[in-house]
Amino acid sequence: MIELGVFVVLLGCGYFFGRAAENRHFASIRRREEELRDVLVFNGRELPPEAVGGGMLVTGSVVISVDYFKRVLAGLRGIFGGRITSYESLLERARREALLRMKDEAARLGAGCVVNARVETSSISQGRGDSIGSVEVLAFGTAVGLSSVAGAATDAAAGGA
Amino acid sequence: MQISNIEQIPGQRVTRHLGLVQGNTVRAKHVGKDILASVKNIFGGELTAYTELLTEARREAVERMVAHAEGIGANAVVNVRFSTSSVTAGAAELFAYGTAVVVEPLET
Repeated sequence: MIELGVFVVLLGCGYFFGRAAENRHFASIRRREEELRDVLVFNGRELPPEAVGGGMLVTGSVVISVDYFKRVLAGLRGIFGGRITSYESLLERARREALLRMKDEAARLGAGCVVNARVETSSISQGRGDSIGSVEVLAFGTAVGLSSVAGAATDAAAGGA
Repeated sequence: MQISNIEQIPGQRVTRHLGLVQGNTVRAKHVGKDILASVKNIFGGELTAYTELLTEARREAVERMVAHAEGIGANAVVNVRFSTSSVTAGAAELFAYGTAVVVEPLET
């Protein structure tokens, strides 16, 4: 009986706090994506023609975990099959956050764009049962100054030297 | 020291290739942080302690790679890649590698 109580409390905590946290996080992601819109990210390796100044490696990483309610939900999905939407939103949040942190670092260096952006995902709770639980997402690329952003280019070159 | 993950440094010309340089570090999780993280696992959200740990570890790996490159006389590292592997449960290895090169500015 006590065990059932604990389970229900955990489920409730996960549902209410997890949902609030997720909505907050999505709101903050959308806001910052809007702010960092002028930092362009390319996943090709060619430099845009207006590129100037030196390159500098920029990275952004985040470790994020799914809440208890969603984990139970995902466990049930594992029985019936189908889309595990709770993990989809976890990975989406993690990826967008990692890319934002990378863009943020590029913006702080004064770079106008990031070329050859790569995103890598790894599960860090391996060896702990079957749970996916938490994921780490790393985004990295080369920050380059753009001549259209006057003044910023020299900063990027200085940062790279 | 300039670092990039493409084959060149923008605005510079590669004059000499010095071969592969690498840096790695193995980090274990802190027990206290582990407990905090398992609490966070109920509520969901970012595990800040782990993010910091991995960011810090990755910087360390890059620094070691840069030190190695400096040691062989390079002034830039191109084509940098990262890789993460879990050695045992609770410990992660972070590995950074790239090609050490000597670059000089392009005359325009």
